[in-house]
Amino acid sequence: MTVSEENADQEPVAQQVSAFLERRREQIAQRWADAALFRTVFTVSRDEAVEAGRAVAAALAAVAASGRLEDIRASGFEAVRDQLGRMAASRARTGLDPDGVAREVAALREPATEVLRAEFPDPHSPEAQECVVALTVLLGTLRLVVLETTVSAGEEVIARQREQLHEVATPVIKLWESTVAVPLIGTLDSARSQVVMESLLDAIVAERARYAILDITGVPTVDSLVAQHLMKTVAAARLMGAECIVSGIRPAIAQTIVHLGIDLGTVLTRASLADALAYALSRQGVAIGPVPAADAGAR
Amino acid sequence: MQASRHAAPASLPIGSDADLAWVRQQVRQAAAELGFGLVQQTKLVTAASELARNTLVHGGGGHVMITPLDTGQSHGLRLAFVDAGPGIRDLDQAMTDGYTSGGGLGLGMSGAKRLVHEFDVESRPGEGTTVTVTAWATAVPPSRPGV
Repeated sequence: MTVSEENADQEPVAQQVSAFLERRREQIAQRWADAALFRTVFTVSRDEAVEAGRAVAAALAAVAASGRLEDIRASGFEAVRDQLGRMAASRARTGLDPDGVAREVAALREPATEVLRAEFPDPHSPEAQECVVALTVLLGTLRLVVLETTVSAGEEVIARQREQLHEVATPVIKLWESTVAVPLIGTLDSARSQVVMESLLDAIVAERARYAILDITGVPTVDSLVAQHLMKTVAAARLMGAECIVSGIRPAIAQTIVHLGIDLGTVLTRASLADALAYALSRQGVAIGPVPAADAGAR
Repeated sequence: MQASRHAAPASLPIGSDADLAWVRQQVRQAAAELGFGLVQQTKLVTAASELARNTLVHGGGGHVMITPLDTGQSHGLRLAFVDAGPGIRDLDQAMTDGYTSGGGLGLGMSGAKRLVHEFDVESRPGEGTTVTVTAWATAVPPSRPGV
């Protein structure tokens, strides 16, 4: 293997660190098991913490052996990437911020360098110093690897939550025989309105609904695009044989729609969801009122 | 109009649907802080939503400058939507109710104009479009130029 000139000095040091990590793996793992990061994640038994520490030390040895001390993509890290991710996630769940996680990973350096220094007859010799610096660099890289897994785990969570939001935000509720309602909440963009339309039309079929209520109480802004989405949904529901009522139109929204010039004349609207339900019920000949006291016992 | 700036203007990018939601939120917050009533807030946010969407859909993206205004008697908010898109060829046509070049209701420009106190469009074909709107916290603007 040919070594470039600038690496010529580092290479033997990296190999030395690698050999040290292999040789003293057990000792380092024992020390790390008492460090905050391992101790707080593996609370069930100390053996688990030691086992995890061994795996990390072995991975670091492999990275050092490849000479890529500063490379967070070094293949040696792959073996422990999942484990580190789980540990960081476990710490994050207890409310520790990424900075705190980074500090806990940084705290692994001291025990390891202490063990390394003890290897040398003279811990202040240039050779010993070089090895300590190399090990410090390697553990700095470990810290980056842990932070990177934390960030990518966060991105995954965000992507998953976005998916969930699309589903969660559009429940179709059966209010009465043949009456369904969709409470719309948040921004009604094109993707959302497509989901709303699909789930509403499905519900109209499933519930054999004659009346569908779209409640926009939770929609902060009704501009011309939102209005257009609403009108399209109403028109589609009408094609399926259901009468659509848009409810939850607040005074400010009503004034804005008028100024904007949107013609909702073809859409049946009500101020509140209760009004819309009352309308749907009365159209079906259902009357709701207080039960007469005398009848109450008889029924 | 001698409106002194009472807070620093802010510039927000308009490049995606998520940016539109952010612009709406920021405009609503700025208007609320300046003492806009609920109806005024809703009108201005809706106008901002229309114009920001125009910037995104027709202008191919751009940015909005949000400038708080203070005349001493009244607080206002000026929004400038800037894009470097193809520009508007026929301004009168674009301002007509029901005219659309993008499959919408055709109420974006004309509707937004009715929702604010001052409305100004600068556009040159091929050089982009800047739409500037101003709304005041009080129902009657303090120094309305002859309309």
